[in-house]
Amino acid sequence: MPESHAMAAHQFDDLEQQREAASLGIWVFIATEIMFFGGLFTGYTVYRTQYFASFVAGSHLLDLKLGAVNTAVLICSSLTMALAVYAAQTGKRKLLILFLIFTMILGTGFLGIKFVEYATKYHHHLIPGFNFAPEGVYPPQMQLYFCFYFAMTALHALHMIIGLGLLAALVIMAGRGRFTPESHNPVEAIGIYWHFVDIIWIFLFPLLYLVGGR
Amino acid sequence: MSTLSVEEPEQAESRVHYLNVHYGVKSWLLTTDHKRIALLYLASITLFFLVGGSAAVLIRMNLLTPTGLLVEPATYNKLFSIHGIVMVFFFLIPSIPAVLGNFLVPLMIGARDLAFPKLNLLSWYVYIVGGLFTLYAVIAGGVDTGWTFYAPYSSTYSNTHVMAAALGVFITGFSSILTGLNFIVTIHKMRAPGMTWFRLPLFIWAMYATSVIFILGTPVIGITILLIALERAAHLGIFNPALGGDPLLFQHLFWFYSHPAVYIMILPAMGVESELITCFSKKRIFGYSFVAMSSLAIALLGFLVWAHHMFVAGVSMYAGMVFSILSYLVAVPSSVKVFNWTATLYKGSISYEAPMLYGMGFIGLFSMGGVTGMFLASLGMDVHVHDTYFVIAHFHYIMVGGAVMAYLGGIHFWWPKISGRMYPEGWARFSALIIFLGFNLTFFPQYILGYLGMPRRYPVYPPEFQVLNVMSTAGASILGVGYLIPLIYLIWSMRYGPVASSNPWGAKGLEWQAPSPPPTDNFEETPVVTAQAYDYPSREVEVA
Repeated sequence: MPESHAMAAHQFDDLEQQREAASLGIWVFIATEIMFFGGLFTGYTVYRTQYFASFVAGSHLLDLKLGAVNTAVLICSSLTMALAVYAAQTGKRKLLILFLIFTMILGTGFLGIKFVEYATKYHHHLIPGFNFAPEGVYPPQMQLYFCFYFAMTALHALHMIIGLGLLAALVIMAGRGRFTPESHNPVEAIGIYWHFVDIIWIFLFPLLYLVGGR
Repeated sequence: MSTLSVEEPEQAESRVHYLNVHYGVKSWLLTTDHKRIALLYLASITLFFLVGGSAAVLIRMNLLTPTGLLVEPATYNKLFSIHGIVMVFFFLIPSIPAVLGNFLVPLMIGARDLAFPKLNLLSWYVYIVGGLFTLYAVIAGGVDTGWTFYAPYSSTYSNTHVMAAALGVFITGFSSILTGLNFIVTIHKMRAPGMTWFRLPLFIWAMYATSVIFILGTPVIGITILLIALERAAHLGIFNPALGGDPLLFQHLFWFYSHPAVYIMILPAMGVESELITCFSKKRIFGYSFVAMSSLAIALLGFLVWAHHMFVAGVSMYAGMVFSILSYLVAVPSSVKVFNWTATLYKGSISYEAPMLYGMGFIGLFSMGGVTGMFLASLGMDVHVHDTYFVIAHFHYIMVGGAVMAYLGGIHFWWPKISGRMYPEGWARFSALIIFLGFNLTFFPQYILGYLGMPRRYPVYPPEFQVLNVMSTAGASILGVGYLIPLIYLIWSMRYGPVASSNPWGAKGLEWQAPSPPPTDNFEETPVVTAQAYDYPSREVEVA
């Protein structure tokens, strides 16, 4: 992240150029992220097409309620993040810190619920590779479904954890009065990142929880 | 004729520039100056080139006799794997972008630095961490999957250090991504006043196209390698047919990046080529916008041809036909470039300094590699020569004959700017020549070997192939000497070479307006661009 004191970093002519560079930079990064998740979505699509029944069976073992609650939690965190960016744009420092902390609380809540779900899967012996012995008869490729369930949600959770760290850094920087209405590139950039991570979940929820209808 | 001009000898000694502004290891390891980071990359990729090159030497030595001269077959597998992994991921992919691109992108567009200098330094550290993982894999006992890491062999059966090597490749990918991101933002947002898109040097267009592939392709190999590592650690079955997985899916994902990666290697080389050809024929490039747009066309079409690596792997006939036609299409923008370079030479004032020798070599060798690529894009021919030395020869003509020739040409061309010193011209021409000869002697016999049916990756071969293999090994020794000579005289010239003027070649382009070597901020004041790229005086005007 470039410095965001009132003066532009030495390689930039002015703050406007610096702001445009930071903005383009984060969007290019999002493009990379889309391709990163894209590989997993491709694999998911291939096996979902090949082994639809297994995917339906696997999907029905997930806790729809927890998944839906988590979706709502995450959408709310996007709202508070957007409000935080707005507070930075209008120079309201206390409000900015407040909304950043709200966002962190919601993000942590999401991870907490996710942890409960993972723990349940562990108790039901649904961890592919290490501990996969579901009760009763199950379709042969259900383990593949759970591979993708864990790979995709864990990668998403990793992005959430990184996001929480970035938000914590923003809170500290905001506390030191680093952001002004003219110069708050890190808030904008991390805001875009946070929304991106939320949107990934918006795709993950139906793809993982709602296969074959419920 | 000689263009070694020594006009301002006292200047470089007394002036503060990026090399003498600070001294000490720390000033290098913590630098955010794009020029110093370029030199960090130069040193580290040279190291990896020597690692990969040593493996190549052992491979060629082993193939001197039909039964394998030196090593056990298992060791041979590790040698070609290390050669491929190191040369592709740790030398060729970062070579021109991370060294010449890092040094030149800000200079060529009239900027003080890249948009994100700290990110740029981070990318070098990421590269080094990835490199250490791979070196660990080599030292701990090697990896035998080939550079392609095909599943399920890599994910289930191989008992070598696949994990360390795969993690190395995974980590290094992020360094490419960061470099690409930095270039894209810099080229969009940091151009000097008057430097419009169609006044950009073609090297910048090539860097832009390359960065697009870095951004969109690299993450896909990242996630694929991660899946291989997961599968290896936990036996998940993602690519294991026994558990319902599909090895073809791995190949699709792998080549979705690794075919565009070929263009990561050749597009920057084409960018260098455009600079060399225009400078040493003192002419505007023929068809600027066609050359510029063909870079983007190659980058985009390059994403649509990956399955031509899989014609015999079990893709459907219709998929094969579609990918075959798309592969032919990539030849169009590539030939646009070759024809435009040759048209640029026409009636130019051509001089043959060492960079131009590399430049001319590039056109010939790249054309050979490209045309044999067309053979391989056709379904019938590919079934015949797939996985033979024909393929090896084809891609070495592109990657070594193309990318490495252009890299060396570029290093020589910009050496006065980088080091502030001239290299010894006579030695440079000599080594350019023997690299060209050694290269052809190494790889042309491999076309014939492949056509006759010698498969790649085998440590042994029928005795009737020995003559051609001995020729190839002899060529490789000449090639190896050809690479060592520049290594020696370039290091020598940093201290003892004649001091270079700011523009020893009389070239156009903003980088030649900055002093040699440039100061940390590149230009004393931001340049204003008023002319098109390669604005050499036209000869017609002189006659009139």
